[in-house]
Amino acid sequence: MHIMEGFLPPFWAVLWYVFALPIIAYGGYKVKRKIDEDPKSKSLLAVAGGFIFVLSALKIPSVTGSCSHPTGTGIAVILFGPAITAFLSAIVLLYQALLLAHGGLTTLGANTTSMGIIGPFVGWLVYKVVKGKIDVKVLTFIVAAISDWVTYIVTSFQLSLAFPSGVGFNGVLSSAVKFMAIFAITQIPLAIIEGIVAALLIGYLIQIREDVAEVVLV
Amino acid sequence: MKISHLLAIFTLFLTSSSLFMGIIDTAVAEWVGTDEKAKQAINEIDPHYKPWFSPIWEPPSGEIESFLFSLQAAIGSLLVGYFIGYYKGKNSSADGRVKGEDENRDGDYENRVF
Repeated sequence: MHIMEGFLPPFWAVLWYVFALPIIAYGGYKVKRKIDEDPKSKSLLAVAGGFIFVLSALKIPSVTGSCSHPTGTGIAVILFGPAITAFLSAIVLLYQALLLAHGGLTTLGANTTSMGIIGPFVGWLVYKVVKGKIDVKVLTFIVAAISDWVTYIVTSFQLSLAFPSGVGFNGVLSSAVKFMAIFAITQIPLAIIEGIVAALLIGYLIQIREDVAEVVLV
Repeated sequence: MKISHLLAIFTLFLTSSSLFMGIIDTAVAEWVGTDEKAKQAINEIDPHYKPWFSPIWEPPSGEIESFLFSLQAAIGSLLVGYFIGYYKGKNSSADGRVKGEDENRDGDYENRVF
């Protein structure tokens, strides 16, 4: 789940905005360029964005006795890379901040950083390393699950940086352990679910559009 | 059974088994969101922290909130489903449109009573 409105002190709220905004803007520019260069990619962009919309709307119960939701960013990052994923995620997060009071405007920078940027970026790095070596569906499973899980590790660190339980690095670390017990463990089964669903969708997309396999494996 | 079916069933199992674990150990399971849990943790670490900004608009009730969440999921699945259907239809019409249509037409004419 995203960091709630007002729950990051102003300093951190601004800092994460400063980090996220240029990347979101670059993602927006890349979306436009992509559509101009290859109008056929519009439909795949819609599928990638739609996948983020569905998955991040589903609050699923988990083993810890609390609920969280997947991120859905795996498909976007495999098909379009991290910048476009950041842009698509920001749209979803804005919808949730404005209409659902889920996440928030002051925490939008931080939430986009975790869900739209660092999580998918780590997934994308893994994708770059292992692609071509394993089956596309297995690849998608791994990338989607990692993007999902890392998102919530980042959220835990964002909160522990803002709310350290003591002085210095150790304070941050002990808070991080606390927040990870909440976010990261809850997220494990959800990340697996997200990986499976993403892998099924990629398999289906490849069946109906041959060029998807090329995009994924290029 | 195809492996994709098995995997789909496995996701259901993962979700529902969590619920059962909650039934066995009801003390732990409140099924609140992790954001709520994080809020409690922040309160433990820094009891004096007050959120300095509140949402400019909140869904007036749980019903309206779940409506807007379902709307979000519906928009997403519409986009995914529309384009999958579009390309699936396009492929199958490219594969066998002429053949399929002719068969239908023949059948229709033979059976039709004028």
